Amino acid sequence: MAVVPKFVGERIKRREDPRLISGTATYVDDVRLPGTLSAVVLRSPYAHARINSINVDAARSAPGVVAVLTGADLKDKVGGIPCVAPAEHIPFHPLLAQGKVRFVGESVAVVVASDAYKAQDAADLIEVDYDSLDAVSDPEKALEDGAPILHEEFGTNLVTRALVPNPAVDEAIAKADKVIKFRIVNQRLAPVPMEPRGALADWHQALGHLTVWTSTQIPHLLRSALAAVLGLPENRVRVIAPEVGGGFGAKLNFYREEALVGYLSRMLGKPVKWIERRRENLATTTHGRGQITYLEVPVKNDGTVLGIKAKFICDMGAYLQLLTPAIPGFSGLMMTGCYKIPAMSFEQVMVFTNKMATDAYRGAGRPEAAYIAERTMDMVAGELGLDPVEVRRRNFIPKDAFPYTTCAGLVYDSGDYNAALNKALEIVDYPKMRAEQAEALKHGRYIGIGIASYVEICGIGPSAMLPPKVPGWESATVRMEPDSRVTVLTGISPHGQGQETTFAQMAADAFGIDIDDVTVVHGDTAIVQYGVGTFGSRGLSVGGAALMMSVGKVQDKLKKIASTMMEAPPDQLTFTNRTVALKSDASKSIPLQAVVDAAYGWKMPIPGMEPGLDATSVFEPTGCTFPFGTHISVVEIDPDTGVVKFLSYVAVDDCGNIISPLLVAGQVHGGIAQGIAQALYEEVVYDENGQLITATLMDYAAPRAQMLPRYELAHTVTPSPLNPMGVKGVGEAGTIGSTPCVVNAVMDALKPLGVRHIDMPLRPEKLWRAIKDAKKA
Amino acid sequence: MYPGQFEYHRAASIKDALDLLKRYGDDAKLLSGGHSLIPMMKLRLAQPAHLIDVTKIAEMRAISESNGKIVIGAAAAHDTVANSSLVRDKLGLLAEAAAAIGDVQVRNRGTIGGSLTHADPAADYPAAVLALEGEIKLEREGGSRTVKAADFFLDLMTTAVQPGELLSQISFAPIPAGAGYSYQKYPHPASGFAMVGVAALLSLDRSGKIASARVGVTGLGPKAFRASAVEAALAGKSADAATIAAAAAKTADGIDALGDIHASSEYRAELARVYARRAIQAAVARAKA
Ligand SMILES: Cc1cc2nc3c(=O)[nH]c(=O)nc-3n(C[C@H](O)[C@H](O)[C@H](O)COP(=O)(O)OP(=O)(O)OC[C@H]3O[C@@H](n4cnc5c(N)ncnc54)[C@H](O)[C@@H]3O)c2cc1C
Repeated sequence: MAVVPKFVGERIKRREDPRLISGTATYVDDVRLPGTLSAVVLRSPYAHARINSINVDAARSAPGVVAVLTGADLKDKVGGIPCVAPAEHIPFHPLLAQGKVRFVGESVAVVVASDAYKAQDAADLIEVDYDSLDAVSDPEKALEDGAPILHEEFGTNLVTRALVPNPAVDEAIAKADKVIKFRIVNQRLAPVPMEPRGALADWHQALGHLTVWTSTQIPHLLRSALAAVLGLPENRVRVIAPEVGGGFGAKLNFYREEALVGYLSRMLGKPVKWIERRRENLATTTHGRGQITYLEVPVKNDGTVLGIKAKFICDMGAYLQLLTPAIPGFSGLMMTGCYKIPAMSFEQVMVFTNKMATDAYRGAGRPEAAYIAERTMDMVAGELGLDPVEVRRRNFIPKDAFPYTTCAGLVYDSGDYNAALNKALEIVDYPKMRAEQAEALKHGRYIGIGIASYVEICGIGPSAMLPPKVPGWESATVRMEPDSRVTVLTGISPHGQGQETTFAQMAADAFGIDIDDVTVVHGDTAIVQYGVGTFGSRGLSVGGAALMMSVGKVQDKLKKIASTMMEAPPDQLTFTNRTVALKSDASKSIPLQAVVDAAYGWKMPIPGMEPGLDATSVFEPTGCTFPFGTHISVVEIDPDTGVVKFLSYVAVDDCGNIISPLLVAGQVHGGIAQGIAQALYEEVVYDENGQLITATLMDYAAPRAQMLPRYELAHTVTPSPLNPMGVKGVGEAGTIGSTPCVVNAVMDALKPLGVRHIDMPLRPEKLWRAIKDAKKA
Repeated sequence: MYPGQFEYHRAASIKDALDLLKRYGDDAKLLSGGHSLIPMMKLRLAQPAHLIDVTKIAEMRAISESNGKIVIGAAAAHDTVANSSLVRDKLGLLAEAAAAIGDVQVRNRGTIGGSLTHADPAADYPAAVLALEGEIKLEREGGSRTVKAADFFLDLMTTAVQPGELLSQISFAPIPAGAGYSYQKYPHPASGFAMVGVAALLSLDRSGKIASARVGVTGLGPKAFRASAVEAALAGKSADAATIAAAAAKTADGIDALGDIHASSEYRAELARVYARRAIQAAVARAKA
């Protein structure tokens, strides 16, 4: 038999890809149950309006229509959408509007018909009599006197105010050589997953059992929420996340439509399906970011940063989704970045606006933090006439200071920030690039070099950090089947990350079997033990750690059994090449299959040992991991048009040990794309009346390949001490490093013109105006 | 996105298509690549009860040369036009514009006739068809007429095509040997359409002066147009940078420029001037090569 190779650390192609690229993957809409009815949601065209009446008569009698429901039909019959993060004001979040709509796209009625076309025909016949109300879309205006109030019961648009005070910051401000003040905006973004949302519910009357297929990142948490809203016992609800075509945090949530199809299926005794359309996706799937930050940064003339004081205005939207008010906290806590800044304080004012709710979006609070930290470093360099590299070096947490407790109280696990910076500088040949930049300027060419040394928080996390209903642990079951193949049941719910590959690599190596002998199962609450899900780059560091715990338990049992068969102590045994062998002499071995046969046999070799080979474990992390790195981009601005062209892009990321280099590269590529898009292209725009301007992809500038540069990737490796694999997480790193790096590059290019800061997205028109104004002055 | 109910008809010939158009009147729409019409139907901005597919009519897909003209069937896909050796050899400017449209999928389905009839203010083709002085053939029951490109685009998404008419083909005089041309487009960051697109076609006389110039502009205003002030400022002048810049500066004169969140009308006008300058410069360079 051929030698079984090792898999961890190798460039393994993703095992998910054949089905994805051959079009044979099963997404929610591909699940076809006989007799399925289709639901279409009628949505508000108004940002803020009172509903006087809804006439559904014509719709009810339209061909193929089975049911039409409005908010009145649901009142007191079902619960609302939960927000599990603490906040002062949490409004009731109905499945269908109750007397009032508060954002464009809010669900007003649902039509169920024999197919979606008929349902849409009927929805067009519903007459809603609205009284339009003044709306507020600017979060800073939402708190002004006289602003329209979204939820009258609170008498204010304030969601909550979070204060992390520290008098040391004010002392630093008082004694600083200089205090740098600025305001920056992390604009609202739409996650735009390739597959929009969608859900199919199937109620089984005789069993009193509901199955829901839905495009989600958190099947188990969703099951709990769904059962609660619909008033069903959790053991009678099954949630299946089939193939999920991207989530980016937007599917780390529980939406009205997921509950609606469950309610409707139970009411009608038929399967009911709802598939989101792209326009709905842009209007009614959670948005990300939406933070305005006022900063005060006391510094010494040598570039030492003495503190950061921030005030955040956070745009929460009209209702609170699962974690809406929890996201800004990360931005505050992480805003000191990879710097040994002695003091920080912040105030966060979260406000209701007549818009879709914000919530997690790739990076969830940390891209905002990195943007603050890295724009701060460049501001400091700019104001003091120092090189941005020098300012970063002066303030870096030194590599011998880890584990390092920041002034915000976070414990950074490990890091070597200079190493990543140096590597990136070497790759771009920084001194040469600076010389070229200076030379180009003489010829009227505006080249900019942008650096971002980021650190982020991953592997989330210790449950104490999170709301009780979204804990931080993760589960895994490992089962060695009677034929010595391995089945892994993981509580995470990968939707593009590729753990069917990485987990198979890890399990294969652990048991000395082939990667094809491992199957990874996820996303079905009836098959997989309760788990938490995939978000916050936790899949490998938390889910993988749970996997390794279970792997260890099965290994122990196999070794114990084998030791009786080989007459060698268990701790002398190892798994290699489908055998259990002596560590000291691999030629002394017995086939793995023989040990498995014994474990499943009627006569266990060890009296009292239970037959079978499986183990379930839960890993509760003791801390978070803190991946880091340095991204550098070199750009040139066309002074005639303001168009930004990339000359190079280098990303040096440190995500600890690397299990799967191809998957890491894929995550970094996608992340950089989304981060560059925030810097240059994307913005969810509502006008002042709350109308959604970026309602289609004809207006919302999601990035395409030709809008992005070629990336040069490199790594440093600083293992995390917090999990057995020494991994940190890499799902969001690209997004976090790229945005400030590109903005810094553009601002660096415009520095000779005296431009200090321009808010994202850096549309060519803004740059063109800045150049024009500067030349005029 | 769920369009309303409709019946699909596959026309076998131009006559067949005209008969169907007559039978269903206002309830019918011609369907070519469907890349503008079907999105409108999905948004229910258009709800035709009958769709008459013209893409299976062989003569409407053909690209040929006859009587010294290059004739392009209205149902020829963008990709077919971009890669036709005849078009590349003799109507290089049109091939350049076709290749600049959308992405591969769009170019495989979208057609020149559909694009011209739809007359999206940001479509790429109209700039080139104006500069090339294409002649657009419209068929109707019992006859046909030919409309010059300059008379074809009337207003935002409005053309000379009358109810009951079908655009069957566009014909062009080949670009004369020695002429230079270029299509320069700034793609809209969201839609990929032309934020501005400028098609320049010019020839130089023996002394190196610009003998004649034609400049078509799309994306800037509600409809594509010939920048006649620019053309006049080039004709008979030497092809130097200052002349070109001065001429290009007139590109947006008198145009009610469009604006959106990505580019205000003021900025679009500037983009048009810059892209006109670049297109003219590239055309001159090609003419000299
Ligand atoms: C994602 C996407 C990106 C795109 N990007 C670009 C771009 O960058 N640049 C660009 O220029 N375009 C772009 N387009 C539009 C594309 O080029 C379309 O193909 C074109 O606008 C319409 O051509 P069609 O053949 O699809 O016409 P259809 O959609 O079939 O028809 C359009 C209209 O013309 C009418 N019609 C069609 N054929 C005839 C005929 N023979 N006689 C009379 N009336 C007729 C129809 O009734 C309809 O009203 C894009 C489209 C999409 C979907």
